[in-house]
Amino acid sequence: MTRPVAQPFTEFRARDRVRALLDPGTFREILDPFARVESPHLALQGIVPQGDDGAVIGRGTIDGVSAVVVALDGAFQGGGIGEVSGAKLASSLEQAVNDNRNGTPTRAVILLETGGIRLQEANLGLLAISEIHSAIVELRSFGPVVGVVVGTVGCFGGMGIAAGLTSHLIMTRGGRLSLNGPEVIETEAGIEELDSSDRAGIWAMIGGAQRVAIGQAETLVDDDADAVAAAVRDVYRTAPATAVPARSTRIAAGRRLLAAVDPTGRPTPTDIRNLSTGGSL
Amino acid sequence: MQTISIDYPAAEKLSRPVHVGAVSSGDLEIIMIPLPGGSTATVALRTSVDGFDTIWRRVLDRFFAESALVAHYEINDFGATPGMVSLRLAQALEIAREDPDAGQTTTTGGAR
Repeated sequence: MTRPVAQPFTEFRARDRVRALLDPGTFREILDPFARVESPHLALQGIVPQGDDGAVIGRGTIDGVSAVVVALDGAFQGGGIGEVSGAKLASSLEQAVNDNRNGTPTRAVILLETGGIRLQEANLGLLAISEIHSAIVELRSFGPVVGVVVGTVGCFGGMGIAAGLTSHLIMTRGGRLSLNGPEVIETEAGIEELDSSDRAGIWAMIGGAQRVAIGQAETLVDDDADAVAAAVRDVYRTAPATAVPARSTRIAAGRRLLAAVDPTGRPTPTDIRNLSTGGSL
Repeated sequence: MQTISIDYPAAEKLSRPVHVGAVSSGDLEIIMIPLPGGSTATVALRTSVDGFDTIWRRVLDRFFAESALVAHYEINDFGATPGMVSLRLAQALEIAREDPDAGQTTTTGGAR
């Protein structure tokens, strides 16, 4: 018996990722590359812009229900959020809020492949990220907001917070999630603090397997397009039966974990797993 | 960043917009927009690497001498080699000539 060849989801670019998560034939792009709504700031700083500014906004259906699926293109400027790409994300999520309010249940899936703010447009990117955060929190009251972090870039900075705000986060082993990226920490705090070339150590700390083990992500999935699509559908098929309070509302548990960690020591990834499941160091 | 604009005479009609590639290290993006009723291919190129005008013109001259579509070509380059540029141009042409009813109108070119 032959097994169909797996299609690694990480080898799909943003547009194909969005298409893969929507019901076949329903993908309709808002502000596609032909609209040429590109960054007005990059060319002035000598950087070649991209026609879609690195953000793909897809409308369609998931299991027949209206949906918006948005994706950041990690290949362009590290998936960084600029004025245009940020506005595309924020507006499409706000439109989903309006659709839900006006009686059209609309699902929201966010594919995060981003280093966070695009530094060339820092203030405008920050503003957009705050709008994205607000929209995610508001969307949660209508149903699960699903985040997907598969790599290869990972998800960092203000968009790491966006991932934390989702109702349900799907990751692969190769996906990484954190606030400051390893290279930034090494640059700012020195190699004694963190060796960013220690790949095994980095993934053990902020990789998908660890994030799921310590309850900061919900589903660990293989790097396979069908598996990721199935994981997204599963969230909606099992909701609300499996609904639990969103991660970001479990403040007491977060406080307990913070209080248990000794910042003068060096807790290992295993220590953090033990602590987050109620054990002690 | 350098900007280069060139026009070529063209006759073949483009029926729908085409998009290939990405502004990603060693790669480029090509956006083709139809120009109904026109008779030229207008190329607007932006490249992250300055000073390669002559090579760009040679690569583009060769391509458009053989297959110019009546369209506005927007090329956003992030350090692609001439070979890569030729491959993306050929890919865009292939998609432009596909049956519009056969499938998707844009592609990001699969794996990277």
